[in-house]
Amino acid sequence: MMAAPVLDIQNLSVRYTTERGNLQALRGVNLTIPEKSIVGIVGESGCGKSTLISTIIQLLANNAKITSGDILFKGESLLDKSEKQLRGLRGTEMSMVFQDPMQTHNPVLTIGRQMIDIQYRDPLSKADKRQRAAEMLTLVGIPDANQRLDQFPHEFSGGMRQRIAIAMALMAQPSLLIADEPTTALDATLEVQIIKRLRELQAEIGCSILFISHHLGVIAELCDSVIVMYAGEAIEQGSVRDVFHTPAHPYTRALLQCDPGNIKEKTRNLPTIPGEIPDLVNLSPGCIFQSRCAQTIPQCAVAHPEFHTSKTGHVAACHLLQPEVQAQ
Amino acid sequence: MLAYTIKRLGLSVVITILAITLLFLIIHMIPGDPVSTMLGPKASPELRAALEEKMGLNQPLPVQIGLFFVNMLRGDLGVDVFTNRPVSQIVFGQLPYTLALIGTAIGWSAPLGIALGCVSAVRRDSFIDRLTGILSVSVIAVPAFVVSLYSLLFFAVQLKWFPAIGAGKSGDLPDQIWHLVLPAFAIGLSWVGYIARLVRASMLEILGENHIRTARAFGLPENWITFRYALRLAILPTITVIGVGMGFLLSAAVFTEIVFSRPGLGKLVIDSITTRNYPVVMGSVLFSTLIFVASTTISDLINALADPRIRNST
Ligand SMILES: Nc1ncnc2c1ncn2[C@@H]1O[C@H](COP(=O)(O)OP(=O)(O)O)[C@@H](O)[C@H]1O
Ligand SMILES: [Mg+2]
Repeated sequence: MMAAPVLDIQNLSVRYTTERGNLQALRGVNLTIPEKSIVGIVGESGCGKSTLISTIIQLLANNAKITSGDILFKGESLLDKSEKQLRGLRGTEMSMVFQDPMQTHNPVLTIGRQMIDIQYRDPLSKADKRQRAAEMLTLVGIPDANQRLDQFPHEFSGGMRQRIAIAMALMAQPSLLIADEPTTALDATLEVQIIKRLRELQAEIGCSILFISHHLGVIAELCDSVIVMYAGEAIEQGSVRDVFHTPAHPYTRALLQCDPGNIKEKTRNLPTIPGEIPDLVNLSPGCIFQSRCAQTIPQCAVAHPEFHTSKTGHVAACHLLQPEVQAQ
Repeated sequence: MLAYTIKRLGLSVVITILAITLLFLIIHMIPGDPVSTMLGPKASPELRAALEEKMGLNQPLPVQIGLFFVNMLRGDLGVDVFTNRPVSQIVFGQLPYTLALIGTAIGWSAPLGIALGCVSAVRRDSFIDRLTGILSVSVIAVPAFVVSLYSLLFFAVQLKWFPAIGAGKSGDLPDQIWHLVLPAFAIGLSWVGYIARLVRASMLEILGENHIRTARAFGLPENWITFRYALRLAILPTITVIGVGMGFLLSAAVFTEIVFSRPGLGKLVIDSITTRNYPVVMGSVLFSTLIFVASTTISDLINALADPRIRNST
């Protein structure tokens, strides 16, 4: 029998209460992270990536509410767990690298203090904890780690803070590491190095990673499978190979065309997908992508598309993939 | 930190010099002159001239100001117009009473206000939060002299739990503390509410910041998050407000000292103004100014000590 996946999200919907009404930030999201695998999430900003990971670690904003679905961590529902049980998982079984490196550390405590604090459960001496923290910083490429532990966050660049955040998340040796755009502040060379290091450490620790990025090249480099999100829905998922080589959803195709890695001539303005993300407060019926889709058929305006499997493990939610439409 | 401290102390010196110059000018613009006060309206011109000479009043204003600073640095603030006692001695005699009063007032109200604000923020919208909110807003609105009067009438006159007037026998510490209770209560009461509101607001802001979410994501114990990660930051605006609030505390002390007939700087200022005892007015206002400058300096230094971003900003 196969072990339960590390994370199994079923039909998850989350909404935010706002002044304008209920904002349906996530709708019917399904996602599975098998053991020791690296899963990527891509999508434009505002599509619900950060909401999704806040839901996984159960640290949602006050105005957020889970309206349907379940999140199983190693087979057990996180929604059933008490705050105390959740705290027991955080920083041990699951760890996080949040978006926005500039605000992710406490501004009045040294990096060393913060890295020692998160090891509070470990039966080590303070000196040993400090030693571990310094080793971790060295691993993510921060020189003079021992001295730098005594510095405060504002004394580090954005890229360094991002690497410190990665070091802290790895130090927990979790079963699942969740990283929300963890390489945005790094230049290309450093990004490649960090991605390599992340892969090595993932293999060493034997953890799974949920990696969020809008950088398709990084996802292709690092991940085994990928989920494409659009306006609160997971519209396509499959192995990196399948999704990137034979994208099934028009949105995925558009996204791939806009990726800097796919653009041959040098331009200053990156192409973007024309149109805007639909308003998540007043959702219209039918397909979520219809307003920006170049290939709509009448069905798109009325019915929400089902998932269609184009190959084992590769699914996409688009009316064009129905066998009868494909036949035409 | 050293660079910041030097810079901040330098600023305090400049502020003090400006404030004292301004004070000097203001006192000079008050109608009525000390010489007629001392000698009476019928004094002979010779006598007047002699006294003006002795007090330096015949010199041009800039020279007078310069002389004042020189004398001040030598610890000489002039003499009491009526008793001829040195002003510095008079002020130093009264200063401890006011410092004890203000210190006790802030000493009980700040910790209580901080604790209430903290609990209100952590247990937001709970019963205790709402109750604290209502009580805070009510006490903030009441001026210290009103609290002084009512607490005097109720706790001292009616219930006779506390003494009504004076500062207690000198040398008898328990008696002095006993006399301090009501005035310190009166001055501190609105500060409890004010600080509770302030701490609650900044705690809520800090608790919503991303770094707190990071701390939670690592499963840190909730009391570490509240105290070590959040309150440490949330308390800084309150320290600044208390530093600047020293001015309000001093003016509250003036009323309270009068209501309770306590010795102190406030009572000294009022008494000397009503008798046009200018050197004493000057001396006591000078010390109030110094207290204010010192308290803002200290609160800034505490802020710098607690927040590395401030001390490295130079
Ligand atoms: N606390 C919140 N209150 C209201 N709306 C929110 C809140 N957080 C996020 N949203 C909205 O939810 C949607 C998804 O946001 P987010 O999860 O941050 O997307 P992403 O990380 O993909 O950029 C956006 O429309 C955003 O404006
Ligand atoms: Mg995001």
